Amino acid sequence: MLKDTHSSEIEAILARYPADQKRSAAMPLLYLAEQAYGYLTPAALQEVASLVGASPTQVGSLVGFYTLYHDQPGGKVRMQICVDLPCALRGAETMAETVCANLGIRLGETTPDGAVTVEGVMCLAGCDKAPMFQSQDERGIHYHENQTIESAMAWIEQTRRGGSDG
Amino acid sequence: MAEHILLRHRDIPDIDQLDVYLKHGGFEALRQTVTGKTPAEVIDIVKASGLRGRGGAGFPAGVKWSFLAPNVFPRYVVVNADESEPGTFKDRELMERNPYQFLEGVALCAYAAQANEAYIYCRGEFWDLAHRLEERIAELEERGLLGRNLFGSPYSLKVVVHLGAGAYICGEETALLESLEGKLGQPRLRPPFPAAKGLYGKPTVVNNVETLTNLPPILSRGADWYRTIGTAQSPGPKVFCLSGHVNNPGNYELPLGTTFRTLIFEHGGGIPGGRAIKAILPAGASAPLLRATDEILDTPMDYESLPKVGSMLGSASVIIMDETVDIAWVAWKTTRFFKHESCGKCTPCREGTYWMLHLIDRLHAGGAVEADISLLEAVARGMQNKCLCPLGEFSVMPVLSGIERFRPDFAAHLGNGR
Repeated sequence: MLKDTHSSEIEAILARYPADQKRSAAMPLLYLAEQAYGYLTPAALQEVASLVGASPTQVGSLVGFYTLYHDQPGGKVRMQICVDLPCALRGAETMAETVCANLGIRLGETTPDGAVTVEGVMCLAGCDKAPMFQSQDERGIHYHENQTIESAMAWIEQTRRGGSDG
Repeated sequence: MAEHILLRHRDIPDIDQLDVYLKHGGFEALRQTVTGKTPAEVIDIVKASGLRGRGGAGFPAGVKWSFLAPNVFPRYVVVNADESEPGTFKDRELMERNPYQFLEGVALCAYAAQANEAYIYCRGEFWDLAHRLEERIAELEERGLLGRNLFGSPYSLKVVVHLGAGAYICGEETALLESLEGKLGQPRLRPPFPAAKGLYGKPTVVNNVETLTNLPPILSRGADWYRTIGTAQSPGPKVFCLSGHVNNPGNYELPLGTTFRTLIFEHGGGIPGGRAIKAILPAGASAPLLRATDEILDTPMDYESLPKVGSMLGSASVIIMDETVDIAWVAWKTTRFFKHESCGKCTPCREGTYWMLHLIDRLHAGGAVEADISLLEAVARGMQNKCLCPLGEFSVMPVLSGIERFRPDFAAHLGNGR
């Protein structure tokens, strides 16, 4: 239970909002649960719901609405390549396709060894350093900008060896 | 512009260190304001400066603050740091590289609004940036520059960073407030506006990061000085985000009223490979496409001039497309974006973006007929002025302007022409 393993973090998150507005803590607590469990299990949703005094349905609906919450397990790290217009004008679609082809998967899929899920995502506000991607794992979310197919593949190899610098 | 007012780190590279910021006059504006001016005086100065909201709407900031419901407390300041418009990456640079000027601006706004709590709503993807901001806020509290009884005055301010989790719609201010309350980011019906009933039903000011970063220089140098930059109707500097087919994409701080030509060719280094420029999206995906004619290239980029040539300044995220770009593909890209980001609350947007994408997909699949283009136009027109918030209204702009101004690109896909 998060209450046992992360009590100080939970307390700090709840303290950010007015005492009678606990529901505001739902989103930060979902991040906490996602980092702790890898993805948002039904039990995790129950836990977050009870911490903020909302129903599991109310908390569960957030998971479907916001793209950074996942209710299914993915790869050890999610590589989210921006394929939106400004990045696409600078070769992002080709990069995403080539990376997937090299890995033998399609966009949205996970490599058979469970190391990486590759996803195409909407604008990440890194348009001047395109192509770029973000990585999401239990340590949070990090940007990787000014990428090439080679640098993206090298990052995946490094991640597979467990030596990712984030 | 010789001196950077907003991207000040371009002149003073280590201004992201508190001592450097303080050495260059940092937090003097806040000290003098909190110890020497009333909130009403601050609002008057900001009104006189003519500062207009930099998030896209261009609404005068001081006027927005003066709408706060009188004598209702607590009040809140909420910073819109959800920067998600395709082609926009200015707020990120401001918060990363010139963070203390931004945070001082937050405090100035909160003082003017008589709010003791401010929330910075960062898009979830700004994870690293948001955590760094939290550290900086803690540092400012330790030094007595944020927190209780600022500069020995009765005024106290708590600043909290809140992370979104991936939803473009949360850039719309009422959707942002819903999200901050722990709900789905879906816009509220207005009125009431946030100034009357905002966060937790209390009077709330919502302002963009860049807007607030303008406040310390306005308060320290005065409204008259501020008005010497930019145009009479659109005063001040603006950070233009330049992306797409340009040699030097990036943020450029220039006076409002700078022409496209100056931005693209002088600062952006022109189009790669010597190719011709074909089209411009001046406000990310959320504005009509412009044909890059000489008339357009010589148009001043400000809040008044762009509507006159059939588009908008918005957040000034200028996306450049060269002669190789198929505008029917651009319409597919922007429509795919809006269909994905539609929150689903109102029917015209939820269904309209779905059907627009369906029709553009058909165009690209081959076998579409002339009537499909007319139908696409009809769906888009059917959405106009019927959506609950600007997302739906914006979604039709690249489509309608694309068909109107680049029809051959759409017609080329008819029949077997994929």
